[in-house]
Amino acid sequence: MSTTKRKRQNMKRFIPLYLMALPGLAYFFINNYMPLPGLVLAFKKYNARKGIFGSKFIGFKNFKYLFATKDAFIITRNTICYNLVFIVVNTILAVFVAILLAEMTSRLKKVYQSLILLPYMISMVIVSYLVFGFLSTDNGFINNTIMKALGREPISWYMEQRYWPFILIFVNAWKCIGYNCVIYLATILGIDHSIYESAAMDGASKWQQVWLITIPLLKPTIIMMTMLAIGRIFYSDFGLFYQVPQNQGALFNVTNTIDTYVYRGLLELGDISMSSAAGLYQSLIGFILVLGSNWLVKKVDSEYGLF
Amino acid sequence: MKTRDEKHFQIVAHIVLIFLSFTAVVPFVLLVISSLTDNDVLIANGYSFTPEKWSFYAYEYIFKTGNSVMHAYGISIILTLAGTVLSTVVTTMLAYVLSKPQLPGRHIFMFFVVFTMLFNGGLVPTYIVYTNIFNIKNTFWSLLFPGLLCNGFNVMLMKSYFVSSVPGEILDAAQIDGAGEWQVFTKVAAPLAKPIIATIALFNGIAYWNDWMNGYIYLTKRTDLYSIQNLLNRMMVNIQFLSQNSHNIQDAGVGLASIPLVSVRMAMATAGVLPVLIVYPFIQGNFVKGITLGGVKG
Repeated sequence: MSTTKRKRQNMKRFIPLYLMALPGLAYFFINNYMPLPGLVLAFKKYNARKGIFGSKFIGFKNFKYLFATKDAFIITRNTICYNLVFIVVNTILAVFVAILLAEMTSRLKKVYQSLILLPYMISMVIVSYLVFGFLSTDNGFINNTIMKALGREPISWYMEQRYWPFILIFVNAWKCIGYNCVIYLATILGIDHSIYESAAMDGASKWQQVWLITIPLLKPTIIMMTMLAIGRIFYSDFGLFYQVPQNQGALFNVTNTIDTYVYRGLLELGDISMSSAAGLYQSLIGFILVLGSNWLVKKVDSEYGLF
Repeated sequence: MKTRDEKHFQIVAHIVLIFLSFTAVVPFVLLVISSLTDNDVLIANGYSFTPEKWSFYAYEYIFKTGNSVMHAYGISIILTLAGTVLSTVVTTMLAYVLSKPQLPGRHIFMFFVVFTMLFNGGLVPTYIVYTNIFNIKNTFWSLLFPGLLCNGFNVMLMKSYFVSSVPGEILDAAQIDGAGEWQVFTKVAAPLAKPIIATIALFNGIAYWNDWMNGYIYLTKRTDLYSIQNLLNRMMVNIQFLSQNSHNIQDAGVGLASIPLVSVRMAMATAGVLPVLIVYPFIQGNFVKGITLGGVKG
């Protein structure tokens, strides 16, 4: 058999495989690649009738306008600061819970773990109802029961900015700790148990074992998870910042993130130029951050990382 | 000495974990109790864990007047079933192919998939592609297609499972026995990958059931295509929507004034979350395994 013939036969052999990959690849093409040329919209004055490519090219004007507004600063600040706090709060709590679960001898630990993970399974729409049950000005549990018991005036929660950073941090932790905890728990359960046994033999107390064995051995996982989260620091959970504060204008100062800004520009305000400028800003910086954090992760340990 | 130390630890751990479990569950309890509270009591006392008067009226109302809730339920169920099957099949086939080391062009395909995890066009261009080129606005496709059908993360997760846990020798042996590529995949590889397929199907199912974004963005006119999430969302925005949307409102003999809005809200949210709460005990073990796989090795 000549090599070309063998090659052709070889290719023929792979045709069914290519066909199997086709639906997935076609989907990525449509969902992830076809929109990419649309990014030029950030440099255009969008005209719906002329379409993306017919619209007039105006260079960096959209960006100039965007960064001249207060909004650009606010959405960048909110997106990054919330994410930083989320990373710190969620990591500390998740590691703490994972250690407690790992050391627990009772069979109840399975129950605890399931209950703490439950909020992760719920859609943000439902979460907004759960929050509303507590915070509703007229009917909420807090105003009607707790504030009354304390003899305090009811608070218009959905109008007062100052409470929302805490509310959002709490809701995010409530929803996500269970998930992070599962990952840390898996790492702890992977630790060689004989280390603990010999430490106990040497008279190390439970707390000392946690401080001197578990936490140091968890460190690589914590670093990986943190760096992957930093790679996503320019993205926010749209549902958390849009649904939970119920899109209340009075709260925008502390709830507007890049994602909610892009959404509102596109579908509520019809300001597509500004929206696409903010979108490109997010895509580009997000890309650099993902690449950077992934590069760092791989430097620390090539086993981890997205790719 | 050791036992006392140990005992202290266990007690503290129990207290902390009970507190956290309680915090996780309490909002759901408030939701369900509120939905079962008499509307007048709710207006007087607000949502509470200890209502003075219980009532099933909110549920009666939901099922009697208008079928918007049952209809939205139906949409959610069809969407979740169709979406889960479709996305799992597409993901599994692609992941399997990418796991073949001898496949010509494999690196190009890998890059094609991984790049989607690093960079994306974002909402604006995606919205324009789907509305202007594919015209899926106000169709069922808009719930099924954008963003959810397949994602790079799941493909990579499954691919590494095929590489590590489905031995190439078995697949080669099947091929030598005369099985075609398709048969090798359906009869040998897929059954061996059942655990990861179940996990990915679970992830996909939850994603479809919980999604509200697609309907929110693309269903501007066809409110009859609303999933339960969209209906809940819309109701939160505008409680009047319910009264406008229930066609049988006159037939049921319910005046607008007597709609138990405050409790109905919570009854509908309960209806939305109930399926998740019911299946959760059965799926959580598999779900935890999936998170571990994804978190430890992406």
